[in-house]
Amino acid sequence: MSEYIIRFVAGGLIVSAFAILSDVLRPKSFAGLLGAAPSVALATLGIAVVQHGAGYAAAESWTMIYGAVALACYSVVVCQLLMRYRFKALPATIVSFVVWLAVAFGLLAGLRAAT
Amino acid sequence: MMPVKLSLSALKATRWYEYVIRFVLGGAATVLAGGIAKSFGPSVGGLFLALPAIFCASATLIESHERSAKEKAGMSGDRRGQQAAALDAAGAGLGSVGLTAFAAVFSMTVTTSVALAFIAALFIWAAISVAAFWIRRKLRIVHRHRHASFRGRAGHTHGRLVS
Repeated sequence: MSEYIIRFVAGGLIVSAFAILSDVLRPKSFAGLLGAAPSVALATLGIAVVQHGAGYAAAESWTMIYGAVALACYSVVVCQLLMRYRFKALPATIVSFVVWLAVAFGLLAGLRAAT
Repeated sequence: MMPVKLSLSALKATRWYEYVIRFVLGGAATVLAGGIAKSFGPSVGGLFLALPAIFCASATLIESHERSAKEKAGMSGDRRGQQAAALDAAGAGLGSVGLTAFAAVFSMTVTTSVALAFIAALFIWAAISVAAFWIRRKLRIVHRHRHASFRGRAGHTHGRLVS
């Protein structure tokens, strides 16, 4: 239980720190870079190294690459839904989550099958 | 290149519960990533390290702030809100290039030195993200100049937010 509390607090603090930095930066498109900040990764990988060792963290961060590619696709879809199809931000970001899941798991499955 | 600035007054526009929402979402995403790694292994858990966990909250906040600023000026702010959120999404798209580099560098260096892996990965993330932003701006400027000279009217932005 205490492990989950540590994860929650560490993740919340790091995510909040990047979010505050993003709030104060201008122009907005530059601040948007922090929308892809490695906030969850920093907290999770730090705990993974302590709990399971460097090898485990290396394996975790390797597949994070697929997640990051999926995030790029997700951002493009959100942008298109907002600008082209005039969605509101909340539905656009929620609907696009399907794209993130499809690309991330598609890459994981595809590259596992290839090796 | 447009200079990058810090605007501390933006912090006043954010309400206390908006900070709480982001803290809770960030914490929940970290717990989720850890839980999934525990249940399904580090390969599946690793995917969730790049989860757009607080993106929906951030984009919604940006949209509502931009809309209310416009409405205070007596205009409809719906479109401006969408444009601001789209700009944020475009920035996140560029940032994800840096995030990919972060993951690759961390994965390759963590077995050598944990501290070095964190420092190198963060440095690469920042450098690649800023470089991607800078290249995009350069390409947009070149494209805009070509477009303007082709149509014979420079500075035509259709009233959109210009990044």
